[in-house]
Amino acid sequence: MNSFIPFEWIAAIRFLREGRLQTVFIISGVAIGVGVIVFMSALLSGLQANLFYRLLSSQPHIVLERPKQQVTQLRVAEPGQQLLAAVQKPPQRVSSVDQWQKVRDRMRLRKDVLAVSPTVTGPAFVVKGSSNQAISLTGIDVDQYLKIVPLHEKLVSGSYRLTNNDIMIGTQLAEDMGMQLGDKLRVATAAGASRTLTIVGIFDFGNRSANQRTVFVLLSTAQNLLNLVGGVTSIDMTVTDPYAAEKIALSIANETGLNALSWIATNSQFFQGMNAQNMSSMLIRLFVGLSVAAGIASVLVVSVVQRQKDIGILRAMGGSRGQVMRVFLIQGAVVGLLGSLLGSAFGFLLLTAWRIGARNPDGTSIFEITPDPKLFMYATLIATLTGLVAAVTPAIRAARLDPVVAIRG
Amino acid sequence: MTLWWRSVANDVLRLEEVHKSYAVGTPVETEVLHGINLKLARGEFVALTGPSGSGKSTLLNIMGLLDRPSSGKLFINGAETSSLTEAQLTQLRGQSIGFVFQTHLLLTAFTALENVMMPLLLQRGRPDETMRVRAASLLAQVGLEKWQNNLVGNMSGGQQQRVAIARALALNPSLVLADEPTGNLDTKSAEAVFELMRQVNRDSGTTFLMVTHNVAMAGRCDRILDLVDGTITAEIKK
Repeated sequence: MNSFIPFEWIAAIRFLREGRLQTVFIISGVAIGVGVIVFMSALLSGLQANLFYRLLSSQPHIVLERPKQQVTQLRVAEPGQQLLAAVQKPPQRVSSVDQWQKVRDRMRLRKDVLAVSPTVTGPAFVVKGSSNQAISLTGIDVDQYLKIVPLHEKLVSGSYRLTNNDIMIGTQLAEDMGMQLGDKLRVATAAGASRTLTIVGIFDFGNRSANQRTVFVLLSTAQNLLNLVGGVTSIDMTVTDPYAAEKIALSIANETGLNALSWIATNSQFFQGMNAQNMSSMLIRLFVGLSVAAGIASVLVVSVVQRQKDIGILRAMGGSRGQVMRVFLIQGAVVGLLGSLLGSAFGFLLLTAWRIGARNPDGTSIFEITPDPKLFMYATLIATLTGLVAAVTPAIRAARLDPVVAIRG
Repeated sequence: MTLWWRSVANDVLRLEEVHKSYAVGTPVETEVLHGINLKLARGEFVALTGPSGSGKSTLLNIMGLLDRPSSGKLFINGAETSSLTEAQLTQLRGQSIGFVFQTHLLLTAFTALENVMMPLLLQRGRPDETMRVRAASLLAQVGLEKWQNNLVGNMSGGQQQRVAIARALALNPSLVLADEPTGNLDTKSAEAVFELMRQVNRDSGTTFLMVTHNVAMAGRCDRILDLVDGTITAEIKK
């Protein structure tokens, strides 16, 4: 017996050691529970981080557009009059953001904005021989746009360096039209403008529709084709905190009087899906945690019954109710702590196994998981506390045992 | 008056009109002890005899502050105990009374030395060298110095009972209550354990009250109390 260790700790450890098999089983139970929680949490945050990256790396965080064109109602009802009018909403034409250079410069001065890139987007066709396909023509300033969407990462072949006569298309469009790098392609718009461009790059956004519809040309090329010389249809931005995009969009809209659409607003279904996933994983973690707590509590309740005589002896020899209670509380906390340490190691092993085992056919990992050390720390802390809380009822039972009854068994 | 004070000071334990009932207030209320009056003087070695069910264990539990009387008074070293709280009773029990049970109730998770240290450890909170020295000397006194580091579960019945006696003496109590300490032992071990208790009684002046069914052993005590149906029916002084 070490002189620095109080009686309660000595007794708790000895009791756990004496009930060897029982202790091993309950610590294993806690370890499995904690391991599953650690593994699930790391997997889920890895998965979400990956999904967010994929989503955010193929679109701007905020898109700034000119406000929707409205019709002014000419006749207004006077007091006592009732006006019956059917006002038709006007179709939205491709049109430029007013004084977009000023807006761009103001946006660049904002501290919460990382990058600003003006773009021109409008409908067009690609024509090759007798076949044609509708596309969304996007004119970009390459250097600026790279800060918004890392095109170089999406490139399957060719280059992203565009000149006035170049075009970048998606893999699906290339396949549909039977085209490859270096081929010529005619782009025509409904206004009658058309131009023959050379394919210099083929990209893959990981989305069939984007790969089929989106094409990139230089800003000036798009301006010419869409009859929008000197203008841009939108200003794309990335912000410092993507999760605050909605708030920042609101503040920008107020500042500029333009329409500011955040990626959160345009992907609301994605967010709902994420929330549902978070909720279900939280429920699973909660129930695993509860079953761990119930396991610890039930083993300790049995232990109190088994240790009834020992409790009686301790009480008869002058041990206080508080001392007896602490012996059982410590047992709960120790089981929680040891179980969670083992469980963290188990969770880490599972994650390593996942990293080795779960791979794409080409050998790259499906997605990166970098477990946060904080996750292990929280899991250990919470499991220890759970052990302590689970031990409260058995500990109170032990402390309340009448020594006479306890000794008689 | 002087005599009364002297008698109180000399008494390790005194019971006045102690009654004990179980299932109080129910149709099956049973009175187990009917007005016990009893004094145990310092240094006495007293045998408590009586048939099974006569209330010996109940009386022992009350004397050992493990149970409270339904009515009547209990004095330990002159101090009345009925007004004490649960925590105060626990403290007084730890300081003044040592127990030796029939089934040598020891903590099997601990060694012989640690079992003997236990009452000191419970009182002081942390182990220290003085406890170890005290426990080792008590184990030497009961002839178990070589066994001190053995887990008690690996010892014989007689050895375990000797550990229990050493433990009962750890805090130098004024009274040791022994509930049939030799009941589960063979004749030779029983004799050795009894002799050991008498020896301690003679050497340290500790008062012993021993419950026993062994008439010969009771005959070798200073006084015999015979409890029948919750009443002390005979008292034989030597």
